[in-house]
Parts: sequence; structure tokens; C-alpha cells
Amino acid sequence: MPSGLVNQYFRTQNLAHIWCPGCGNGIVTRALVKAIDALGLDKDDVCVVSGIGCSSRAPGYLDFNTLHTTHGRALAFATGVKLANPKLNVIVVTGDGDSSAIGGNHLIHAARRNIDITTIVFNNNTYGMTGGQYSPTTPTGDKGTTAPYGNIDAAFDLCNLAQAAGASYVARGTIYAANQLEKNIIDGIKNKGFSFIEAMTTCPTYYGRKNKKGNAVDMVTYLKEHAINKIAWEKLPEEKKVGKFVIGELYSSTRPEYTEQYDRLIDSFKKGV
Amino acid sequence: MPENKEKSLTVDKEWCKGCGICVAFCPKSVLEIENGKVEIKNFDACIQCGQCELRCPDYAIYLGGNR
Repeated sequence: MPSGLVNQYFRTQNLAHIWCPGCGNGIVTRALVKAIDALGLDKDDVCVVSGIGCSSRAPGYLDFNTLHTTHGRALAFATGVKLANPKLNVIVVTGDGDSSAIGGNHLIHAARRNIDITTIVFNNNTYGMTGGQYSPTTPTGDKGTTAPYGNIDAAFDLCNLAQAAGASYVARGTIYAANQLEKNIIDGIKNKGFSFIEAMTTCPTYYGRKNKKGNAVDMVTYLKEHAINKIAWEKLPEEKKVGKFVIGELYSSTRPEYTEQYDRLIDSFKKGV
Repeated sequence: MPENKEKSLTVDKEWCKGCGICVAFCPKSVLEIENGKVEIKNFDACIQCGQCELRCPDYAIYLGGNR
């Protein structure tokens, strides 16, 4: 018998899930479910949309309205769902490659519109499902099956990207600090606008093995030791930030939301008749 | 179940993939990996913090239940 939380919100007949031993995707998915539970949302009022990739398998295990769509296009489908039924809490589950390479354009334009969608990026720094090719978030110098001598590209800072494109809520978390990640997801869902949450997770099978990062425990320990909360981060001298990264709520603002603007436009025509 | 514990600790071995994350981050060394699966070795030391459940990627260990 699974835990009450899992029984209530998961399609338990589809478990155990397909993710590798030590893959952190299950931890991020649990944080999402805990957030939805904490908000007391009705399961019928939640729609989880994903693209393609390891992370995008998550909706198959979740007992909400779910859509598993095409590579990179989760946000395009989610935009349609949200405009058709603005009352739904639309949540996009995506990966680093799915959201920032294949679906990079959808990401920046969803953020620009500030449409009320919460996007959770499971960032494992690689394309896990297809065999460990390097992704836009693979750190410079790290290896992938398509970068056997090391990746010479600069990596995206996804949170900076989302903020610059117009997201009204931006946060980063890790699977080690899963409670804080849950809190950020709660705040993201509550935000009336585009919310972007980057969840740093582990891929011991491809990214970890290719880069000699050790086993799953070593990789989670790395996240524990290298993630610094925003409050502490702001007090750190620059030289101590090298090799570390900031977690927590990084940005929050209020600006007009897309479906409300759309409804207002429609209403203005109705009044004109 | 010991009287000082409100909840039991349940493991579903069919779902456990033996990654060892729960073992590594249990603050009281309650757990061990044995034959590729998690075992509750010292439930008396469990402080019911739920760190194992929080980070189990496979939903295979949790506070509560009857197993």
C-alpha cells in the first residue's frame, strides 16, 4: 500500500515509474504533488502538460487532467488549454532540453505574454532519454555523448532567461532542498502570471557517469553543498560564489496576465455592439 | 511498534531501486541497503523526520502505513 499522498494523486497502477535508480525526477514530481495538496486544489481543476523527455513522463503517473504532447511544444499546448479554460491551474512539466532548446521559442513567448501557467523545468543538464547528448544547460567543459571532448558552449542560466523574457515569478530549487522547492511551486501556482521554476535534479545514468560525478548520493550531495539560498547568496563576496549557484525565489513582480487581457479585449467588443 | 513512535516506517521493496539516497540523508542511520533494496535496520533510532520520504525518488519509503 503506497503512502496516502501517492494514493491520492498518482496513477498507482502505472508505478513503479520508468526513471532510473537515483534519478531525481520522482523527487521533483512529489514536490509538485505536495504543493498541489497544500494548496487544496481540486484534482479536476489542475491540468499538467508535458513535452518529450524523461521529465515529460511525469504526467503519465499523475491523476490530474494530463497531456503528454510533442517535443518542446508543451507550452504551446498549455497556452491553448489555458485560453480555452482560464479557470484551470495549468502546470507545465518539462526538461532542460525540451524547454530551452527544442521549445526555447515557446518558453520566451509564454514568459513575454505573462500567461498564467506554472512551468517546472527538471534540469538534469543532459538529454537523458536519448542517451546523454549535451543540452543547453550542460556546464561548459562537461561531456556528453555528442561532446566527447567536453562541451565548448556557454550554458543557459534558465532563470535569468525566463526573467528577462518577462516571467512574473522565477525560482530555482534542488531535489536536496525538496521542501523549499515545494514552497516555490506553491508560490508559483499562486502567482497570477507566468511562473518559472527550475528544479535542479540528477541524472546518474548519463550526465553523472559521463562526467565522473559519482553515484546518485554523490550527485545529491553536490547539489546540497553547491546550492546557496538567496538571502545568504546576496551577502557572499563574488569570489565565494564561484562554482556555486543560487536557489530560492529569485524574482517576483505583478503585471497584466494574458488571459485576463484577452477577456478584456473580447468584452470591449461586446460592449460596442 | 515502540510506544514513543507516532508513525511506523513503511518500505515497498517492489518500488525501491536501491539508489541509497534515503540511507545517505537519514540523520539517525536507521536505514541500510541490503541486496539492492532498502532495509529498516534500527527503527528505535528513527525520529520520524521524514527526510527519507521527502527524497525517495521512487515513493518506496514513507512514514505511516502498516508494512
